[in-house]
Amino acid sequence: MKNKKTTEEVALGIRRRVFEHSMRNNGGYLSQACSAAEQLAWLYNEALNLGEPTMPMIPPPFGGVPAPGNDDYVTGAGYNGPFEPQYDRLFIAPAHYALVAYATLIEVGRMAEEGLEMFNKDGSSVEMIGAEHSPGMEVHNGTLGIGLSTGAGLAYGRRLRGDSGEVCVFMSDGEVQEGQTWEAIQACAHHGIDNVWAIMDVNDQQCDGAMSSVMEVRDIATKMRAFGATVVEIDAHDLNAMREAKAEPHEGQPLIILAHSSPTKGMEFLQRRFPRLHYVRFKSEEERDEMNQSIAKELGIDPVQFDTH
Amino acid sequence: MVEMVTRPYASAFEKYALANKDVICMSADLTSSCEIDGFRDRHPEQFMSMGMAEQNMMSFAGGLGLAGYRPFIHTFGVFTYRRPYDQLMASIAYPRRKVRIMGFLPGVTTPGGMTHQAIEDIAIMRAMPNMSILETGDATEVESLCEAADSIDGPVYCRVLRGSVPRLFDTPIKVGEMRELSAGDDVLVVTAGITTEEALRAKAALAGAGVSIRHLHLHTLKPFDSKRLLDHLQSVKHGVITLENHVINGGIGSLVAETIAEAGIEKKLVRLGLQDTYAHGGSRPYLMRYYGLDALALVRGIEGLMNIETNIDADDLDAVRVDAVHSSAKAEAL
Ligand SMILES: Cc1ncc(C[n+]2csc(CCOP(=O)(O)OP(=O)(O)O)c2C)c(N)n1
Repeated sequence: MKNKKTTEEVALGIRRRVFEHSMRNNGGYLSQACSAAEQLAWLYNEALNLGEPTMPMIPPPFGGVPAPGNDDYVTGAGYNGPFEPQYDRLFIAPAHYALVAYATLIEVGRMAEEGLEMFNKDGSSVEMIGAEHSPGMEVHNGTLGIGLSTGAGLAYGRRLRGDSGEVCVFMSDGEVQEGQTWEAIQACAHHGIDNVWAIMDVNDQQCDGAMSSVMEVRDIATKMRAFGATVVEIDAHDLNAMREAKAEPHEGQPLIILAHSSPTKGMEFLQRRFPRLHYVRFKSEEERDEMNQSIAKELGIDPVQFDTH
Repeated sequence: MVEMVTRPYASAFEKYALANKDVICMSADLTSSCEIDGFRDRHPEQFMSMGMAEQNMMSFAGGLGLAGYRPFIHTFGVFTYRRPYDQLMASIAYPRRKVRIMGFLPGVTTPGGMTHQAIEDIAIMRAMPNMSILETGDATEVESLCEAADSIDGPVYCRVLRGSVPRLFDTPIKVGEMRELSAGDDVLVVTAGITTEEALRAKAALAGAGVSIRHLHLHTLKPFDSKRLLDHLQSVKHGVITLENHVINGGIGSLVAETIAEAGIEKKLVRLGLQDTYAHGGSRPYLMRYYGLDALALVRGIEGLMNIETNIDADDLDAVRVDAVHSSAKAEAL
């Protein structure tokens, strides 16, 4: 699906939407929009070959979990287009980036704006931690570190079938602390799986703060290469670098793009919160007002109007 | 109005750990979500950041146990047994290491959906030889949890409440016992954790409808005093109903069923809880209503068990407490 917006415009739109949403709801995964806006914008707007969405623009309510008798169960994959051999698939491995992913779906015309209003509302499928049935989510990923393995398995299966579509996994850097991530790379290399690729938001942040203070992971690129991946390191806010990175040959190996990002890109006001950025909420009305004014200005929009309570 | 206590675990743990220098506080990147951020900042020498790497943390804790320390593991309950099940078994449960596993956000107390909701943890831990299980249902139990858990000679898994927690009891957990909250003779109601508060919400309405309830609250799920339960079972006319923040298989409903069957007594049993289904993300009151874990579900269950109509509806029950999504009692969205 070709979108009229440029990828830069989509990225700005993502930041604006996540910002507005977080202001209205007294908090949110705001920093993830800062770090990942370009990555998700680029994936949906350029990098992936996705078909037209097969799901309604306004997300249906929660329709139950997979279970015998729940024959109408569907995942959120349809927002990424039909499951056909020629199309790519996308997994959002850190499911807490869901708010950013939903904002992206809206920006690229795959979900209606109303979808974001259903975010974290009881009975809605637009869940705070993206579930398998949430828009744009194809498998359950909220338990971090399983995404690349599932992606690798799907890619291998598709290769066996002769599908031309690739599998892309959007990852977070916290995932490299989980052993499974390394097992996944090792298996990809061993089986020469090169129709899977990943872009990882390397924002150096995790729940407790800066990764170096929580659990030092050292040089991710060198480690990944040693495990058998082709790795390209880029500035996560440089779209040309992203485009070039994707063109890197990686025969017989998965390609992993390490996108080094700033967790406050586009909302520098958040620097005041550094290094506690994982989830931003406001300690007082004054703080919210100040943030509202300052970040709105940075994003080139009017401050969000909301009911005070 | 019930008294609400803010972050009871935070202060109770700090006090206990400082008095017991062999306690080591471990965290897997959910430090403030498990209320130990203050402890980390004030007592870094007794704190270990293990990163988001639960498998390693479990076996590491086993090693610390071998060295004579008593690690207190802090993360969401779900992350203490699903991925690191093998490590939990081999490094902790089998050798009976004194590891105290503090599992936060049990069952549907988290809006994080399937991947965050520990709904089968009790079943898993009950099946694991050498493992003990404690579950907290109020602030007093949370406050007394560290001491109770640490008194156990072997590993223990705890379901911990956090944030803003109601105070329902005035005596600490006594491992191996159970609380008798009312001593009626129509129906035995067995609850634990957050479902106890639900049963209490229905108390007045049920009394008004002439239903005499015998209510037991369990904080020790393993080891379990079946004999005591049996006495209570034999004191009611119509049978027993269990209400649990867990799947109905393998948890409290099963515990009661086993007791009934092994004693060979004839008692009807109704098991309320997640009916062999996964849950999804949403607020706690919504999930408890949707999956039939709340006071109203209990009333309907009792009606079924006794084959009566009480005419009680939602408005007759004590009000549900609704926590603000962004209450200052919790640090993150989760
Ligand atoms: C297996 C597992 N352990 C713990 C968590 C809880 N958790 C959610 S996000 C997160 C860390 C976040 O780090 P990162 O993935 O880099 O995301 P960022 O902070 O950059 O948003 C943790 C520990 C989880 N979701 N899964």
